[in-house]
Amino acid sequence: MDSANWSDGPAPHFLAPAVTRSAKIVVAGAFGVGKTTFVGSVSEVTPLRMEEPITEASVGVDDLRGTPNKTTTTVAMDFGRIHLLGDRLVLYLFGTPGQTRFRPLWEGLTEGALGAVVLADTRDLDGCHEVLGLLEEQRTPYSVVINVFPDAPRYPLEELRQALALDPGTPLTECDARDGRSCVYALITLVEYLTTRHAPASLVEPRS
Amino acid sequence: MTGPRHDPDLIRPYVRTGGRVRPSRDVRLETVVIAASGGTETLAPDARRVMRLFGGGGRGGLAVADIAAALELPPSTVRILVSALMDSGHLTSPVPVEEGRPGLDLLQEVLRGLRELV
Repeated sequence: MDSANWSDGPAPHFLAPAVTRSAKIVVAGAFGVGKTTFVGSVSEVTPLRMEEPITEASVGVDDLRGTPNKTTTTVAMDFGRIHLLGDRLVLYLFGTPGQTRFRPLWEGLTEGALGAVVLADTRDLDGCHEVLGLLEEQRTPYSVVINVFPDAPRYPLEELRQALALDPGTPLTECDARDGRSCVYALITLVEYLTTRHAPASLVEPRS
Repeated sequence: MTGPRHDPDLIRPYVRTGGRVRPSRDVRLETVVIAASGGTETLAPDARRVMRLFGGGGRGGLAVADIAAALELPPSTVRILVSALMDSGHLTSPVPVEEGRPGLDLLQEVLRGLRELV
């Protein structure tokens, strides 16, 4: 097998030479909630796709041979990036599907992440609980952002906060995932929250 | 068997990574690497593909995620390949990996950068 036969596709977009730091934020949410749209609205490159095959136990299948029934699923993650501070810093945004069965994938994703933006759709708030549960399990701080779909019902944020059982300090805002500015504001809200959580230093949760 | 024999999905990840199942160092999806030095003749095919992406260096950095997307390899595999290539000196990171949770100073920089956008 010769690697030269493998097509490596178009040349990648290289980072600016001035980059001296990188950071990542996870954009999580249920299927179809607008994660890739959000990432694409902020990113300076068209969102790129990574695919990770994961093995999972089949659910609801009787196994008569006594061997564990495993299937392989490919999980797609779309991501984008943006240079900040005169190209010294590059911020990566990873759109991540929120299902518990993708837990193995999450460990590599949330490790070192600043935090997560959880996108929610008022027509499917239940789809959010799984994502919030996963983030809490991994002790990744998050904000919740309602992606305002034109045909989705609007509710007062206080009602949504109760429906999602959010901590009083957890930011809950609205955005239009198609609008870059709106998405940047959502990111600012998250990072502001993260910085306030950080101080005073003595109260930061112990590292495990 | 259906499909072409070189379908990457037919190859188990640990074969691609020379038997390694986890990175030898803290390499994350956002870890930025640049080409350093060293011949690529002795490298395994996937490692050589990573190096070829950099075209011998001088073109700038890429994060692990960028490499995974460009080569259509699973990110978990690329983390391992990149950590091995850093061990062998083929790749180097201009960006120090910050252990544990991000520090306040990084959060403040990101916040400042985002505020400049609006």
